[in-house]
Amino acid sequence: MSAPTTPGGEQLLFERFGDRGPYFGEFGGRFVPEALIAALDQLDEEYSRAAADPTFAAELDRLQREYTGRPSILTEVPRFAEHAGGARVLLKREDLNHTGSHKINNVLGQALLTKRMGKKRVIAETGAGQHGVATATAAALMGLECVVYMGEVDTRRQALNVARMRLLGAEVVPVSNGTATLKDALNEAFRDWVAHVDDTHYVLGTVAGPHPFPAMVRDFHRTIGVEARAQVLQRVGRLPDLVAACVGGGSNAIGIFHAFLDDPQVQLLGLEAAGDGVETGRHAASITGGVSGVLHGARSMILQDEDGQTLDSHSISAGLDYPGVGPEHAYLASIGRARYEPVTDAEAMEAFGLLCRTEGIIPAIESAHALAGALRAGRELGPDGVVLVNLSGRGDKDVDTAARWFGLVSDADLVASEAERVAAPVEDSEGNGW
Amino acid sequence: MSTTTGTTTTAGTATTTTGRASATAIDAARAAGRSALVGYLPAGFPDRAGCVDALRASVAAGLDVIELGLPYSDPVMDGPVIQAAAETSLRGGTRIRHVLESVEQLTSAPDGERAPVLVMSYWAPVLRYGVEAFARDLASAGGAGLITPDLVPDEAGEWLAASDAHHLERVFLVAPSSTPARLASTAAACRGWTYAASTMGVTGARASVGAAAEGLVAASRAAGAERVCVGLGVSTGEQAAEVGAYADGVIVGSALVRALSEEGVPGLERVVRDLAAGVAGSRA
Repeated sequence: MSAPTTPGGEQLLFERFGDRGPYFGEFGGRFVPEALIAALDQLDEEYSRAAADPTFAAELDRLQREYTGRPSILTEVPRFAEHAGGARVLLKREDLNHTGSHKINNVLGQALLTKRMGKKRVIAETGAGQHGVATATAAALMGLECVVYMGEVDTRRQALNVARMRLLGAEVVPVSNGTATLKDALNEAFRDWVAHVDDTHYVLGTVAGPHPFPAMVRDFHRTIGVEARAQVLQRVGRLPDLVAACVGGGSNAIGIFHAFLDDPQVQLLGLEAAGDGVETGRHAASITGGVSGVLHGARSMILQDEDGQTLDSHSISAGLDYPGVGPEHAYLASIGRARYEPVTDAEAMEAFGLLCRTEGIIPAIESAHALAGALRAGRELGPDGVVLVNLSGRGDKDVDTAARWFGLVSDADLVASEAERVAAPVEDSEGNGW
Repeated sequence: MSTTTGTTTTAGTATTTTGRASATAIDAARAAGRSALVGYLPAGFPDRAGCVDALRASVAAGLDVIELGLPYSDPVMDGPVIQAAAETSLRGGTRIRHVLESVEQLTSAPDGERAPVLVMSYWAPVLRYGVEAFARDLASAGGAGLITPDLVPDEAGEWLAASDAHHLERVFLVAPSSTPARLASTAAACRGWTYAASTMGVTGARASVGAAAEGLVAASRAAGAERVCVGLGVSTGEQAAEVGAYADGVIVGSALVRALSEEGVPGLERVVRDLAAGVAGSRA
């Protein structure tokens, strides 16, 4: 594939490519109330126009280079790789993007579309807070009103990200109904959208949801794989044997996988959150442990009971704690082009600690699932293997969770700090003018 | 008859009015010079027997058509009142088979307490149960058909075929945002009636019913809808009278759930009588 270039000769970061939906095999579609169809059609049409408009690509490119910091770098991690059977391990450093994860790629694209549609308000759901922070960031940058729905359980797990969003001027609405996690935040965002669709765009944060979100969000993240493919070729002199990425909804994984779909020698490995273990029933591994069904507007692989009721998902990682997955992943699994394996909380945290100690990089717990998969795959490939890992986010937000997991500070200190947090919520903190 | 998309079905206006059909009740109300009153409760709320008793009492108090909700874990079209009721029902252990049992109990109730029953369900439970199996079991329980709030005709190929095979009514929704082309394709795919969402939003009582509703009903009829009932936001007799003046049916949900939660069956009967008085003579 010959990539288009900017007038200056640089390769464009944004390019529309691949399956455009609404279906990926039997998966995808639009299982939404009729009230949202007009908005989805409008989005689909505007996205098609924008994707064909060089000024849109140029503006998004400028933002990705000058604001996000793209291209993100590729880092080889030899000390970490000693634990991966001696295979070469290279990290695609999405953690170094502005706001600390890959989420900004998609959000900047959707924020530009919001302005093109003449809408003034964006809403978003968030689990770990990364997508919420990215959306709040883009809204601040472009002068849009921003409301972020976040499960109440997650607002406690990720209190610092709540503060970050509020610093950026967003309203954070804790969602206490249902299981009070990411899936309920999505439900609430859909309810808001139905009621405010005239002036509001829903910045969906992953490659799930009704058409055109899965294809559009993927396109905005596709630059991850395009860059990484060229970087690995340059660094190693050949393509990697395997690309590993964590999969909740699956946006970072589809972003890095897509540029390798036509390279049959490159294995694609998605790592799902197995929580306490898929066999315990306390997990979030929708492809490994789910069934074909409908959730949040698309047909995909879902954790549900035999009546079609959505099951609670479980993961130490708030960003992977979701009982569904993007339809294109369900499709790639069904045709065998990508394979999906579970990683338990314990395995992910072991890889998390290992990267910290061997390389001086604190990964997001989500990304630590991909690292655990890379350790496993590297041992299978042996010393000649080359593994590319999407390090989708950084772990600053997870230090509290890690401190508890590894027992790094006394329980008494943690309890005290939590008490202070409850006693002095962010809105009331004094002296900073917010 | 089509088994693929709603836009090409020919079954839409050729209504099969069996004895169990809600269209029959709507036509009877129209013949009596009024709009029909359609009432919603989630199955298994406040418990399984209590729901059936409450709906039988509501029919006796003036309800023409029963809309029995199949409680679902992720009801994106519902506001807080119905969400909470669905959660209560699910916590109480309500399964799809219990919903079908409730349909059977309601459709075999004595004269005066019996009305056609439509199940309202999000698509995930029906798909998991099996679309054909659900249609078969709903028909054999005496159900009139199914209202599908998150299934648009474009995605409904399997359901169009199954509902044709089992002579079930299928009620799709239209919204103020629907284009004329979508109003037409949806009307063609519906059998029985079309559900007009009065406002852009979720279920719940509102101080006023959306001003867009009357225009939406007229546009739906112009697009070929045979019967159009209006839901979302109606809670009082006055609102029912206002909506009943232009719609074939008035759909009430959250107000019934709230009355039943707060004041039990006597409170529910009072609200139904008020709504029934509202629609009485509405289209004379």
